[in-house]
Amino acid sequence: MSCAQTFTDYAFRALGYGERALPKADITLCEQIVLIGSGLIWNVYFAVVALGFGFFFASLVAFGRASDRKWLALPAATFIFLVRGSPLFIQFFIVYETFVLLPKVGWDINLGFIEIGIETRWLTRAWLGAAIVLFLNTSAYTAQIFYGALKSVPRGDIEAARAIGMNTIQINRRIIWPTMLRLAWPSYTNEAIFLFHATALVFFSSFPAWQQRGDSLYYASYFADKTFNPFVPYPIIAGFFILFTILLILLFGWANKRLNRHLS
Amino acid sequence: MFNHCADPSLLDGLSWWSCYLTTGKHINFYQSFLVVFALLLLTVPIILAFGFAGALARRSRLLPVRWFGLGYTSMVRGIPDIIFFLFVPIAMDQGIEYLRHQWKCSDWLEPVRQGNDFVVCTAAKMPLGISPQWVHETYGFLLATLAFAIVFGAFAANTLHGALGAVPKAQLETAAAFGMSRGQIFRRIHLPQMWAYALPGLSNLWMILIKATPLLFLLGVEDIVYWARELGGTKTARFAYPHPDWRLGYFLVLLVFYLGLTWVSEKFFNNLTRRVSKGQTTIGGTV
Repeated sequence: MSCAQTFTDYAFRALGYGERALPKADITLCEQIVLIGSGLIWNVYFAVVALGFGFFFASLVAFGRASDRKWLALPAATFIFLVRGSPLFIQFFIVYETFVLLPKVGWDINLGFIEIGIETRWLTRAWLGAAIVLFLNTSAYTAQIFYGALKSVPRGDIEAARAIGMNTIQINRRIIWPTMLRLAWPSYTNEAIFLFHATALVFFSSFPAWQQRGDSLYYASYFADKTFNPFVPYPIIAGFFILFTILLILLFGWANKRLNRHLS
Repeated sequence: MFNHCADPSLLDGLSWWSCYLTTGKHINFYQSFLVVFALLLLTVPIILAFGFAGALARRSRLLPVRWFGLGYTSMVRGIPDIIFFLFVPIAMDQGIEYLRHQWKCSDWLEPVRQGNDFVVCTAAKMPLGISPQWVHETYGFLLATLAFAIVFGAFAANTLHGALGAVPKAQLETAAAFGMSRGQIFRRIHLPQMWAYALPGLSNLWMILIKATPLLFLLGVEDIVYWARELGGTKTARFAYPHPDWRLGYFLVLLVFYLGLTWVSEKFFNNLTRRVSKGQTTIGGTV
């Protein structure tokens, strides 16, 4: 079987398209590269979803933590403590077991033009359940970073904004939030890298890979088990992760430049 | 354990719990908490050693050594730790067996890799097939420890490298002006001052290390996660102490354990930071 054929068979195997059966005997290098790359779709998906939603939620939590109102600050601080104080691995287990225990019900939500069926069963699937865990995890870590940055926003900036007549909402949105992001960005880049790497844990912790649709590490360890040779699949997945981590750093570096574009 | 536990089916309420929580398997569960501490205590010195080696390699005057140090410290930034945890034990295992095979059975002509099999002669097996169970378990645990040490050693090397660079140059130049040798400057001036700068990074690393310990389970070590799953799973009426799926409860216990551990560590490091930064010309040290 040629490598092009392998590509059409397995490039989207992780999403359920293409050849159903995974290669079992005479595993070629091409098959390993294509399937592990296919699994990487899941890693990127989890990272994008968790970081995308987590960024905004973390901003809210950070502002809540810094708030003078106790009923806002206390839940925010508790949330940050609970998530940052416990291993992600245990969080995956706990959330998965909780989702499994939920009663299996479904609702139909009518949006006027389209009807969407929502089922609690989805929560036990990795695409939703694991995404929620990763979202909450990165939110807590990011909120702590943002909170630290929030505390270091220069007082003079806020006084100047007040002096020209901005109200509290305007100050928060136009002065504090952007400055906070600027200060937090280097640490936030690190957190994003950690989160991206943590996506490799999803199918190893608790969420089963349905119909063998797993992430890159799922396939890499599958090959390591089948060929009993760790020296091929693990370097492949390491290469993929290095490549995507560099892309992530470039992306965040570009955002950092934009955030600081008014500064010399 | 207790005398009244002879027939569990007659028990209820508190006495049932007192018997249930002291079964042999629960004792194993409690002991497995020691495995976590053993891993932490065993890895920390190795991590610091690897960290120092990596940091010094990056400052070396020889270019290849510097490259090696840079490669070692950069790899953890690009590759998830879990991949190392899966790769290092099995790679080390095969590597050791291969070397022993070359040494002990040099008369073998067949290749070691035959298709999907990795074949070495019986004498080269590590540990030997006839070894008792505990040898196998200890060997597995040591390989896991090594994997942890390699990954976190790279993190530590990053921190220590940064801290060594943060010590004010004037201090080192003054020492040189006094006529101290390179070794003396490093031992008496550079190293003692470095700790204040390294501490925030090292305490952060300790927190990450604590939170990585449940991954031992993935390496086949019978740690707290293993026993929590084992004990929490549904026990049918065939068992002495039948109960439904209690895994959630057991994992909540683990959660509390880890929260407590990180909380205590944080207090400890806050104290230590205050002590180390005494007399330093940093914000924390001015008081």
